[in-house]
Amino acid sequence: MKTDHSTAYVRQEDAPLLPPPRNETGIIGWFNQNILSLINDFSGIGAAIRSVLMAVGTLAILYYSAHILWALIDFAIIEAVWSDPDELKRVVCTTEIAGGIQHNGWHGACWPLATAKMKFLIYGAYPAEELWRVNITGLVLIIGLVCLMFDRMPYRMHIGISMLTIFPVFAYIMLVGLGDWIGLPYVDTRDWGGVLVTLVVALTGIIASLPLGVVLALGRQSNMPAVRYLCTGFIEFWRGIPLITVLFMASVALPLFLPTGVTIDNLLRALIGVTLFASAYMAEVIRGGLQAIDKGQYEAADALGLGYWKSMRLIILPQALTYVIPGIVNTFIGLFKDTTLVAIIGLFDLLGAAQAAINDAGWSSPVQAITLYLLVATFYFICCFVMSRYSMRLERKLDRSNR
Amino acid sequence: MNSSDLSRLWNDARIRRIAIQVILVALVVFCFWWLISNTSQNLDKLNKSIGFDFLSQNAGFQIAPTLGTWLFSYEVGQSTYWDVYLIGIINTLLVAVLGIIAATVIGFLVGIMRLSNNIIFRSFATVYIELLRNIPLLLQLFFWYFTVLRSLPDKRGKVDLIPGAVSVNLEGLFLPFPIWHSGAGFAGIILLIAAISALYMRAKSRSKQLMTGHPLAIWRITAGIFAAACLMIVVSVGIPMEWSQPTFIETGPILKQGFDKATAIMIIPEMLAVWFALTLYTAAFIAENVRSGILAVSKGQTEAANALGLSTGQTLRLIVIPQAMRVIVPPLTSQYLNLTKNSSLAVAIAYPELVSIFAGTAMNQVGKEIEMFFMMMVVYLTFSLLTSAFMNWFNHRSKLVER
Repeated sequence: MKTDHSTAYVRQEDAPLLPPPRNETGIIGWFNQNILSLINDFSGIGAAIRSVLMAVGTLAILYYSAHILWALIDFAIIEAVWSDPDELKRVVCTTEIAGGIQHNGWHGACWPLATAKMKFLIYGAYPAEELWRVNITGLVLIIGLVCLMFDRMPYRMHIGISMLTIFPVFAYIMLVGLGDWIGLPYVDTRDWGGVLVTLVVALTGIIASLPLGVVLALGRQSNMPAVRYLCTGFIEFWRGIPLITVLFMASVALPLFLPTGVTIDNLLRALIGVTLFASAYMAEVIRGGLQAIDKGQYEAADALGLGYWKSMRLIILPQALTYVIPGIVNTFIGLFKDTTLVAIIGLFDLLGAAQAAINDAGWSSPVQAITLYLLVATFYFICCFVMSRYSMRLERKLDRSNR
Repeated sequence: MNSSDLSRLWNDARIRRIAIQVILVALVVFCFWWLISNTSQNLDKLNKSIGFDFLSQNAGFQIAPTLGTWLFSYEVGQSTYWDVYLIGIINTLLVAVLGIIAATVIGFLVGIMRLSNNIIFRSFATVYIELLRNIPLLLQLFFWYFTVLRSLPDKRGKVDLIPGAVSVNLEGLFLPFPIWHSGAGFAGIILLIAAISALYMRAKSRSKQLMTGHPLAIWRITAGIFAAACLMIVVSVGIPMEWSQPTFIETGPILKQGFDKATAIMIIPEMLAVWFALTLYTAAFIAENVRSGILAVSKGQTEAANALGLSTGQTLRLIVIPQAMRVIVPPLTSQYLNLTKNSSLAVAIAYPELVSIFAGTAMNQVGKEIEMFFMMMVVYLTFSLLTSAFMNWFNHRSKLVER
């Protein structure tokens, strides 16, 4: 039989795809979904009130954000003084009424101050002819960290372990020195400052607290009551008190605890305090990793006849430590920000150095403080933000591989 | 006993456990003994002794007027170091409580904004969180204190926040205080009765809703009860309260110009700076907790609530928030504890809280480091114990709810 296609009442081809509704695509759709959806509902009194409030809120936030952003740009770029060719110092950043050269009502950043203080903000009073030592140490640190960030890096494991073990010794020798006979004269830690001290305190805190944290975390998980209580007590003690009291204690009371005649310098005191403090937090992070490991792993290690230390070293800790790397990075971020507190006990970390630069009468002007705060805040923000993004990426990666 | 006996003993798990614990405890005891003996030698050398007698001595330094000094009517040379200790605790608690309240409000607001459909709310919240979380608290504190509050007019000028009532200048924030007239007690009792009966009606409305599905018109009833109470008070005793008028003296001797301190409550700028910094910093962390708590409630719950015909507000209030709270509260309490501990940073700008006046000024005067650190630790460890007790209680309770 011949089929007559021309009279078929069943549709033979797909209906053409209709374009999505106009108000859900393009700029209008985006606008509708992202801004209007909350403020165009007038179906009832409650909804109308909410919509109006939302609209007012949106406008207020827009207005104030734009205002603050503009004030910032105006202060930091447009009105800012960029150079001080005549070495006028404070005069270049003060208004005429206060004896300067800027027009009255001027309010802008004083970047020549930042340039002039840059060396102090980075190295403190580290002797100028020895700065190459700090630079080399920093370079090695940066190269090491960059190597560690690439997954495909050959010998990544070895690099990581040497960053944790050999690098601190290297950094100690480079920064403190061995004596004139080898060309590395001693540099008193009282001359250290700025970013140098910030990094020394934060990195020492994190590296030294790692082994201590592992031991404490294992101790807290132990089935021996005396070990467990001692470790728990230690951890909770340090977690319960503010870092600033720890630092005060380290700088005032620590000398009393040591045998008579033994003196240690201010930086080392702070380092001891920071390490003990950080180890308690580290222990809690690592404990999280230990608890996240499947029970089967512990049992499998037991079934293989491995003793406690062997099963920890070969089976549990490698997995637990990989799992908690994001947590360790987060602890490091916290510690990195907390190093600013050493400024309170009289060390010149970045913030302490900035504070000292602010009190320099040679540059005294109303914008002195805010210029340097802006600079320091930018430094901390970039460092912490990058690290937190890195730790989030790591977290996602580890999450996928566990699935 | 020969060596094979020894190794057999060591291989006996039970005996080994006991041996390890005994050795560890002995080690810890030895360490403590060593520290204590060192300390006592050092103290002997310095001609100091251990003892808490200093607490009854009179303190010889000025403390800025705050809630603590007002409560204990502090006077130089009259009040004791024990008073100083209590004032420190009160001021720490004051700024902690105010900070917790404000940080919770802002944190929840920002956290919810972070999840909003409105892109302006969302991006504002994101920028707020990232910016404030990644800049050290101490720097933020310095920013508020040394740049924002220092740019206020001095004591002979003012900025009106609410004209005639709330003003601020370099000396601090000036608020009116309530003046009670006779009949205030009576009014208080009436309001208390009103509040109790409103709560009673609320419970009744709840039980009626459970029985019949229809609640009472609870908002109208509550409003009615309070309107009746107010009417009763006004008719019988008039309005038994008025606000003081902060008086600003603009004429007369130049030293006497400024606010008349007897007519207003003065809140010192240090307190404002600490409060702002703690609040805004902690709010960023709370916002993240709130966001992850809300995201932890599965989408099916919201959809089920929509299917049941609940409005957006009801869904949030009755379905999402109660479930999100279970995830939010534990990290929230630890943020509260962090805020309380971070209030110790106030020492950097000399707000008279515990660390600042007790471990700072008072310690410099009496030099009883060990005892004073001990007393300070006790306070912070108590806070932290209370927090963890609350968290255990809450976890226990929310576990029961889960079933």
